[in-house]
Amino acid sequence: MRKVCTRILSISGNVVTVKANGIAYEELAEVLTARGTSLAQVIRLDGEIVHLQVFAGSRGISTGDEVRFLGHPMKVGFSENMLGRIFNGSGEPRDNGPAITESLIEISGPAVNPSKRVIPSNMVRTNIPMIDVFNSLVESQKLPIFSVSGEPYDELLARIALQAEVDVIILGGIGLKFDQYMYFKNTLEEGGALSRTIFFVHTAADPVVEGLMIPDLALAVAEKFALSGKKVLALLTDMTNFADSMKEIAITMEQVPSNRGYPGDLYSQLAARYEKAVDFEGAGSITVLAVTTMPGDDVTHPVPDNTGYITEGQFYLKNGRIEPFGSLSRLKQLVNDKTRSDHRAIMDGMVQLYAQYREAEEKRSMGFRMSEWDRKLLKYGALFERGMMDLKVNIPLEEALDNGWRILADCFHPEETNFRTELVEEYWPEKAVSST
Amino acid sequence: MEKQKGNIVAISGNMITIEFDGDVIQNEVGYVLSLGKRYKSEIIKITGNKAFAQVFEYTKGIKVGDEVEFSGEMLSVQLGQGLLTQIYDGLQNPLPEMAEKFGFFLPVGVELNALSFEKKWDFTPDAKAGDKVVAGSVLGSVPEGLFKHKIMVPFYLNGEYTIEKVTEKGTYPIEKTIAVIKDSKGSLIDVTMTFNWPVKIPVDAYKEKLQPKDALVTRIRILDTLFPIAKGGTYCIPGPFGAGKTVLQQITSRYAEVDIVIIAACGERAGEVVETLKEFPKLIDPRTGKSLMERTIIICNTSSMPVAAREASVYTGTTLAEYYRQMGLNVLLLADSTSRWAQAMREISGRLEEIPGEEAYPAYLESRIASFYERAGLVELYDGEIGSLTIGGTVSPAGGNFEEPVTQGTLKVVGAFHGLSRERSDARRFPSVHPLESWSKYKSFIDDSHVRKAKSILTKGDEVNQMMKVVGEEGTSTDDFVIYLKSDFVDSVYLQQNGFDPVDASTTDERQKYVFAKVVEVLDKEFTFEEKEDARHFFYNLRHKFIDWNYKEWDSDEFKEQEKKINEAIG
Repeated sequence: MRKVCTRILSISGNVVTVKANGIAYEELAEVLTARGTSLAQVIRLDGEIVHLQVFAGSRGISTGDEVRFLGHPMKVGFSENMLGRIFNGSGEPRDNGPAITESLIEISGPAVNPSKRVIPSNMVRTNIPMIDVFNSLVESQKLPIFSVSGEPYDELLARIALQAEVDVIILGGIGLKFDQYMYFKNTLEEGGALSRTIFFVHTAADPVVEGLMIPDLALAVAEKFALSGKKVLALLTDMTNFADSMKEIAITMEQVPSNRGYPGDLYSQLAARYEKAVDFEGAGSITVLAVTTMPGDDVTHPVPDNTGYITEGQFYLKNGRIEPFGSLSRLKQLVNDKTRSDHRAIMDGMVQLYAQYREAEEKRSMGFRMSEWDRKLLKYGALFERGMMDLKVNIPLEEALDNGWRILADCFHPEETNFRTELVEEYWPEKAVSST
Repeated sequence: MEKQKGNIVAISGNMITIEFDGDVIQNEVGYVLSLGKRYKSEIIKITGNKAFAQVFEYTKGIKVGDEVEFSGEMLSVQLGQGLLTQIYDGLQNPLPEMAEKFGFFLPVGVELNALSFEKKWDFTPDAKAGDKVVAGSVLGSVPEGLFKHKIMVPFYLNGEYTIEKVTEKGTYPIEKTIAVIKDSKGSLIDVTMTFNWPVKIPVDAYKEKLQPKDALVTRIRILDTLFPIAKGGTYCIPGPFGAGKTVLQQITSRYAEVDIVIIAACGERAGEVVETLKEFPKLIDPRTGKSLMERTIIICNTSSMPVAAREASVYTGTTLAEYYRQMGLNVLLLADSTSRWAQAMREISGRLEEIPGEEAYPAYLESRIASFYERAGLVELYDGEIGSLTIGGTVSPAGGNFEEPVTQGTLKVVGAFHGLSRERSDARRFPSVHPLESWSKYKSFIDDSHVRKAKSILTKGDEVNQMMKVVGEEGTSTDDFVIYLKSDFVDSVYLQQNGFDPVDASTTDERQKYVFAKVVEVLDKEFTFEEKEDARHFFYNLRHKFIDWNYKEWDSDEFKEQEKKINEAIG
């Protein structure tokens, strides 16, 4: 039997309290108001007092409204029919299609046993040299895109989604602007990927709390697909909005804030989501790419900072390019030894030289005389930015590596670089070697 | 005996409040009986008839009014042979067995035996009736992989005992009584090959603690040569994310010259642990010829596993490490990351509504960190053997800022500081240990004057480099410029090390001494150059030759060949 309360004791922020017995932690309830019905979740139990966070927000709730406990935690439907569909943060259809009521699954399930994971070993090719060559994306990796607002992160996300060879794409949008949402929908549709995509979208116009459920819904469905052997790519944008929603609830609940008002468990909360990225032994995988916008381009802000410690690297988007510094793919070493023998050397060597170019560039901008070496570096830097860093460059990995050697040979003698002799002999373009 | 019981009155996150009658022990384990399962929890605060407990599982579905059964025991681990090669979660549940029984996901409210009760071991007695023994005294031994695993008098027994009887040589399971001992009042105690020990209490069944002095060779050049670690010492590795803390720990766990390595993966990424636990069984330890797993225990509580168990995992690892130290072995505990452990404390402190200290960490943060590192040490055991426990912890400071409470609390108590720098990792200079900011109070096996020479060149080189940024290369004298090139040379050919190259990844102490002498020869030599370009050309050329040298197998023909080329270049 469902428990019903007809008296709401307090309303504060998006949290209401009622008096009830026998309620389970994280149980769902419905709040029936004059404006409609909203879902709510138990977030604290204190004796008979039950604290509920109301997904649709507390605006317009009357103390006399009814709260009905549903006797189960949050669930979401799971079926093949969900492909091509769009849902909101309560798991209800956002398009005009029917609700999914078959085979409901619980969200935010238990953690994967680490001994049932396999070491990731498949590279996800994106044809973006800054990713493929320097920070290869690996199947089952979790990777955020750190970005300032205004950078083309949506475009990058959509491009990776279209080019990556995956079976299912799940897009979780938290606090999306309407045009962002339309952009994703249209781009995936034009690219012919809509039929393998499921959207869970919370727009900036929706109640804040609803956004909190998006990652859990998206990842729960992703997990089921992965268990059935599918390769899943989960895209989450923007996780900073997610963290901000958590902050809002934490403050309403009078939790002691730890850093800039964020709750002390920010790390654990983010980790619980990102750690859903997995390669199951004998089944499918989930790769997670998430956008984290950095307020004020500050990577030490709690959200990007905690994220960086959780994820396996990050792509740092700046001035429309993926920065070689700051960007990192922790898992690249697992795949880049199987591509080509010069991959790792190019990856490290070119960035080392690019770091020196940055120093030379700094000296130049301060008006110092440029040595011969500095001039070589300046030439190199310009070629590197044009041939490798530009996001317009769309070439396979091997071509990008060849490109790298050409740029090097254009600018340097082999011994000026840190490359081992065997590699120089094999890859250094002929013409340049003879000229030394 | 009837178990003490109580009922839940409040739930917030992983914190529950329990109302009870009778007596409850601080840090006692209580089991929440809910949904037909047993959720393990630990009592962390008691006021009046209310006890606050942290639950080691997600609390979804637990209700107010659910029953809690108190166990009367503090949170403990099981000690005994068979711990090595195991992969445990933070509460000592074996993960592979969990996977076998429950599949992909970690089940809620399940406990498995940490050690096998069926497996039999070849016991050889080492004591006889009439011997006087105390906690930690050796009664016999069993072979465990590479080691002679000592069977000891349980650490929790106080005072002196007399052996009544020791079981003869034979093959027994761990629960077999292998000795009977008598206390001063004449009551008899059966001793088996396994016993429990509370994780939060240091094991002190040894004669005395000694000053650490011998270097622990990690085979990482920058550490061994410039910032050495001592056997029985402590060190910390703070660094921003992506600076290579975990890679450094992984490399250390592979090559460090110790008997046993215990990896406590605390609140970190599951993927990294997977790399270790899938690859270690395949990797051969060159020193023993056996798989690396034979000397390893992995405690794995990744970031998505419940927070309270994360706090426990560090203590679990330490206790297992102390246990093996009692056998006269050199043990290395790698905790990655202690910040996650501190954050777990912060989360729980927040739920207890304690008055927060800096960055909302509890006021007792520093003392907890200190007492954790204090469990390291070189000890002399009752039988005269020496055992050591070295603790290396990574720290993940928020925003990469070393001023934060966990880093500061750690720096006060450790013997060596390996600060990782974002600048160095951005410039792909690995390991990204900062050569000017890091320090160590321990002594290296490399000649002291050589180390000082290198450090002074590095400092001066940095000064010149800073100056050049202001006055430009043209405003720098050639002599200064050569110093800068020399410092860059040491950095590139010696301090940097390619962890992914089979040869360069590990450098033995013998090779370090040899190569470093050659590096110092270059540093000591006076060079004269006409132009800065000549100097640059000379050093870049030399650097190239040295780097090639690093990739050659020690003492091989290619190694000697390359050395000749270097000697010619130096002139």
